[in-house]
Amino acid sequence: MTDCLQGIAASNGIAIAKAFLLEQPELDIQKEIVSDVETEILQLKEAIAKAKKELEMLRDKTREQQGDENAEIFSAHLLVLEDPELIDAVTAKVKENSVSASHALHEVSSMYIQMFEDMDNAYMRERAADIKDVSQRVLLHLAGVENTSLASINEETIVLSHDLTPSDTAQLDRQFTLGFVTNIGGRTSHSAIMARSLEIPAVVGTKDITSQVQNGDLIIVDGSTGDVIINPDEDSIQTYRERQRQIEAEKEEQKKLVNEPSISADGYQVELAANIGTPDDMEGVIENGAEGVGLYRTEFLYMGRDSVPEEEEQFEAYRTVVENMDGKPVVIRTLDIGGDKELPYLDLPEELNPFLGFRAIRLCLEKTDLFRTQLRALLRASHYGNLKIMFPMVATLEELRNAKALVQEEKERLKEEGKPVNDELEIGIMVEIPSTAVAAPQFAKEVDFFSIGTNDLVQYTLAADRMSEHVSHLYQPYHPAVLQLIKNVIDASHAEGKWTGMCGEMAGERTAIPLLLGLGLDEFSMSATSVLAARSTLREIQLNTAQDLASRALTCSTSEEVETMVRNHL
Amino acid sequence: MKQKTFTITADTGLHARPATQLVHKASQFSSEIHIESKGKSVNLKSIMGVMSLGVGKGGEVQVTVEGNDEEEAMEAITSTIQEGLGE
Repeated sequence: MTDCLQGIAASNGIAIAKAFLLEQPELDIQKEIVSDVETEILQLKEAIAKAKKELEMLRDKTREQQGDENAEIFSAHLLVLEDPELIDAVTAKVKENSVSASHALHEVSSMYIQMFEDMDNAYMRERAADIKDVSQRVLLHLAGVENTSLASINEETIVLSHDLTPSDTAQLDRQFTLGFVTNIGGRTSHSAIMARSLEIPAVVGTKDITSQVQNGDLIIVDGSTGDVIINPDEDSIQTYRERQRQIEAEKEEQKKLVNEPSISADGYQVELAANIGTPDDMEGVIENGAEGVGLYRTEFLYMGRDSVPEEEEQFEAYRTVVENMDGKPVVIRTLDIGGDKELPYLDLPEELNPFLGFRAIRLCLEKTDLFRTQLRALLRASHYGNLKIMFPMVATLEELRNAKALVQEEKERLKEEGKPVNDELEIGIMVEIPSTAVAAPQFAKEVDFFSIGTNDLVQYTLAADRMSEHVSHLYQPYHPAVLQLIKNVIDASHAEGKWTGMCGEMAGERTAIPLLLGLGLDEFSMSATSVLAARSTLREIQLNTAQDLASRALTCSTSEEVETMVRNHL
Repeated sequence: MKQKTFTITADTGLHARPATQLVHKASQFSSEIHIESKGKSVNLKSIMGVMSLGVGKGGEVQVTVEGNDEEEAMEAITSTIQEGLGE
């Protein structure tokens, strides 16, 4: 039966393929008395051996495709699997109580999981998930149930799951994963951002896709509208195949713009830049003809490991990026951690309100050792290209001044050590906090540039958590108040002869581009894969039309009015 | 039987990589090896046991080795800990 589901459009494109439900089957483990204890123990050993083989395969495959760092999680799982205490405790339980191996393993691993979950250290609590994962793997083998694992996919599929964690996406095989659909999440959740960077069509926040679809059902995912069609009829398949071809044709058309300038229909030039997370993303930046890197999120260097990266490692990463850009601007954001991004090894305090708490520049100004190491690496890399430093989450001028003072100190220290540093290096801030947007004229005197981080600016301005389904409708990038703040920032920078960029999701949106152009934005930074489409949109608009649209938008009463007005114009 | 007391200097304490290294090292020997911290003793060949001790930076641990290869085992463990556990 054909069925249609509506979710949040997360990553453009259409995918048609069979569904792959990424779901750990719920195992019902009963206390079972067995007569043949020896056979139970033998089966346990076999199940462990199978799980071991699987994990080794996953580790090798991940290592080959994504490097050692991502493969480490499986090495950790292997160690848990081979833990003699665990195995001995399970075997003893089977022997003493004549219970099934499943029951014994479940009991013992639950005990460990509980113990780790109760610890007051975030890193340890995460380990509980590892133990859960490993014991589930063995339990599935004991039950003879096929294990669904992303890395085992070997035909074209659409992956359906409750949510996709970073470790899930690390395992996605781009060759076979044509699209994905999740129950939860929004346009800016991890899974959505990942989908856009992998160029995989995706719909998120469908609430219950996993309970509506069976493994193997045919699915159509339309990542530009948020539609998911389950078991479509022949007509729908044809229609969507046709749309797919159109999209391909448009993409081909846009590819011709790779080396073209980013100008409006009447020749007004802006900069179209890309957001990156690691030096590996540079390939996409260059392929898509971005004119710079508008946001290099350095936190990925710090994530998925158990200690702070050293100066040398950071320096290499930053240098690689600026050298690859060959003189084009690269804006590197200093560590933006806290809030939704946690670093277990820093052991940060748990807060009631992490988005208003100890994070980003606030944390760096407190943990100056950590900050100085990063600043030194950045300053050293500045010698190799056009590197600019950007501080996140700046709320007050004192923060900016303190951070700049640290940069100055490290700069002098490096010079004393005889290490070359670019003296002209620009220093800017992200504008995410309404106070900073309002006080932009004061900030503009002391920075070289602004970059507006719309994801947080919108969330703080409307006091709406973009991840909460109940209030996500209040997360409105086109709210006239947000547009007024953006205008204020741009005007303030221009009054001082400085420039303003934008590195939030908004900068790449078709509706936003005319407005931002009209407001005078100088640099637009987005996912690399959005650059060509943005260039194509830009080339359709006249500057004075954009200016007219922008000034009318500022007088609109609601977000909806703004969006309708712009759409009618395109 | 051999017994020795160490102070853990790795920044993250006996978690993750440092714990992993120590468990790997201990597993290469046939001797019974135990590690004790704050009155709790666990098998040093058990990753979950070691991590459950929750030893932080600067924490004191006591290692006990008993068996055929206790000499070599203690030596290997000592150098692993003293090398800062690869941090």
